[in-house]
Amino acid sequence: MSERTRLRWKCRRGMLELDLLFGDFLDSGYEHLDAGERQSFDHLLDYPDAVLLEWLMGRIQPTDKDVVQLVDKIRSAASD
Amino acid sequence: MTMEKRSFDTLIVGAGGGGLRAALQLSQADARVAVVSKVFPTRSHTVAAQGGVNAALANVSPDNWHWHMFDTVKGSDYLGDQDAIEYMCRAAPRAVYELEHFGVPFSRLDSGKIYQRAFGGQSRNFGGEQAVRTCAAADRTGHAILHSLYQQNIRARTHFFDEYFAVDLVQNQQGYFLGAVAMDIASGEPILIEAKTTILATGGVGQLFRTNTNALVNTGDGMAMALRAGIPLQDMEFFQFHPTGIAGKGMLITEGARGEGGYLLNGDGERFMERYAPNARDLASRDVVSRAIATEVREGRGVGPNGDHVLLKLDHLGSDIVKKRLPGIRDMVMTFLHIDPAETPIPVYPTAHYTMGGIPTNRHGQVVVPVQQGAEEPVPGLYAVGECACVSVHGANRLGGNSLLDILVFGRAAANHVIRHLKEQRYHQPLPEDASEPAMQRLARWNREGKGESIAGLRIALAKTMEEHCGVFRNQDVLREGQEKVLALRERLAEAYIDDHSQVFNTARIEAMELENLVDTALATVSSALAREESRGAHSRIDFPERDDQHWLKHSLFSLEDLKMDYKPVRIKPLTVESFPPKKRTY
Ligand SMILES: Cc1cc2nc3c(=O)[nH]c(=O)nc-3n(C[C@H](O)[C@H](O)[C@H](O)COP(=O)(O)OP(=O)(O)OC[C@H]3O[C@@H](n4cnc5c(N)ncnc54)[C@H](O)[C@@H]3O)c2cc1C
Repeated sequence: MSERTRLRWKCRRGMLELDLLFGDFLDSGYEHLDAGERQSFDHLLDYPDAVLLEWLMGRIQPTDKDVVQLVDKIRSAASD
Repeated sequence: MTMEKRSFDTLIVGAGGGGLRAALQLSQADARVAVVSKVFPTRSHTVAAQGGVNAALANVSPDNWHWHMFDTVKGSDYLGDQDAIEYMCRAAPRAVYELEHFGVPFSRLDSGKIYQRAFGGQSRNFGGEQAVRTCAAADRTGHAILHSLYQQNIRARTHFFDEYFAVDLVQNQQGYFLGAVAMDIASGEPILIEAKTTILATGGVGQLFRTNTNALVNTGDGMAMALRAGIPLQDMEFFQFHPTGIAGKGMLITEGARGEGGYLLNGDGERFMERYAPNARDLASRDVVSRAIATEVREGRGVGPNGDHVLLKLDHLGSDIVKKRLPGIRDMVMTFLHIDPAETPIPVYPTAHYTMGGIPTNRHGQVVVPVQQGAEEPVPGLYAVGECACVSVHGANRLGGNSLLDILVFGRAAANHVIRHLKEQRYHQPLPEDASEPAMQRLARWNREGKGESIAGLRIALAKTMEEHCGVFRNQDVLREGQEKVLALRERLAEAYIDDHSQVFNTARIEAMELENLVDTALATVSSALAREESRGAHSRIDFPERDDQHWLKHSLFSLEDLKMDYKPVRIKPLTVESFPPKKRTY
């Protein structure tokens, strides 16, 4: 439980766009990740907000392959 | 319970641009500074600012601070304090050059000078041609400022309490502020941070409204802490809305979309702006468009299963234009709504953007309160800067690019005042043994066992109430009902419980305390809006459509005790120049 709530707090960002994307993903996509992907997700949250925004809006492709996959999953988990 | 205690010269609550600018000034002057932030500092909301920061550098168009001052006074609909505005506009160029020195990578003109862009409300020669005044680091100005200031603070050895939630201020019987109680979110342990001076820099409260542009952290914690400590909040009825936010989500769709030829449609497929503004139509001013949208929805002509929004149509522009001229909007809409605005209209609703009101301060950042019938006086030991404060440079309406300026200029000014104060105040005031008791009770309250309504549900109910009763559509009946509903929600919250009583990363407890803060700031907002019987700047009353300088050229002060409203005069007299008397505001 506390692992999930630790991540929930780490998903609190400085921009509404990121709050919504990460929040939705934590609720619906995160549980389907394997252990390695979960670790990548934790690392992803260490990136600065401005970088995350570019990736998640699909404006720039991250170079790291793991990150690319994760970004795709987060984008498709965005709820209407 | 024994509690850890740490002592500093100055405690700063909040690590956005305002808090970090103050912290840097203090650390560089060798003061011992602690900064508490509920999220990691570089995740503060300042990071979201893209447009830039205003300063009359005259790099692109002729400009000077006096014209900037005029624009700010006029933009404020004459409710801004002209001494503070003069101070801010004069200090602006230096604030920007300091940033350059701290490492902010401003965009450059061919000449090598700092790049500036034009924003609404900027003029030359006191209302003449468009001025170009907003300094930008690409579209990442807030990010660049926040990261540079953070790095500089690390270098200056500012002490950070990252992911600590400030619960309440601590004061002695004489009303002297002595620090705050905070909670380490990771461990759930409380800590008493004792300080000779405390600066609140907790940002705005956009989360009051269902549709808003703000990050989730913007819950008005510092404002509510001040209210609970007996300090009134100033001008809370003035909340800036933007007409086109993505419905139900809040993110901004810039005016640019309508500038390119986009227009609004209601549930009947009607281009309704023609009825409200026959000439300017969809490009009428922000408040007119916002009110028109809210009226369509209220009168049952909304779109969607709940009829709670309207549509912004861009598809007639053709996919090339949308892709070329509005790429950012297209990315965002495709990410969040999975629709392409070049093919499908975007659901939109007015979105809450900026809190003009806040904790009353003078231009040194000192928190000030009225004393009996006399003039206002500083509260000993307490300061406030940034969006949580009301200094008041934005008055009834903030100009784009002026809030980053506000946090920098007054963050620095407050710190300089604190430095002078610390020279006289060598020792800590005695701390009464029970000083942290109220804060501890607030923490303990959420450990109670029981069954009640969910915090998440109450938060949604509050945001909906504020949107319906204190949004862009305001009249006496709507506001009065809103005030009653907020009071009822406040009682329901007092009866609510949370299931999770664990210590480690108990976000349920944080969210419950954030909601308490939201409810109190909501009460301040709706009560101040109900009392002000005129329309000025962002506060527009259908039943009092005109500005009324004779009765209402004054600041509101709302106190939690008995929900009392009080008023104080606007400071019309600038520091050195002639004052700008109120005039009709036309653009
Ligand atoms: C989308 C968007 C774009 C914008 N663009 C511009 C622009 O281009 N130009 C401009 O001038 N302005 C802009 N603004 C406004 C501007 O960004 C803000 O007004 C400004 O950044 C506020 O800074 P601040 O330092 O007062 O607070 P914030 O940056 O909001 O920081 C608040 C800090 O307080 C901390 N905090 C809050 N409560 C607690 C608590 N209980 N315990 C511990 N810590 C706490 C937070 O962790 C955070 O560190 C924009 C706003 C938005 C929403």
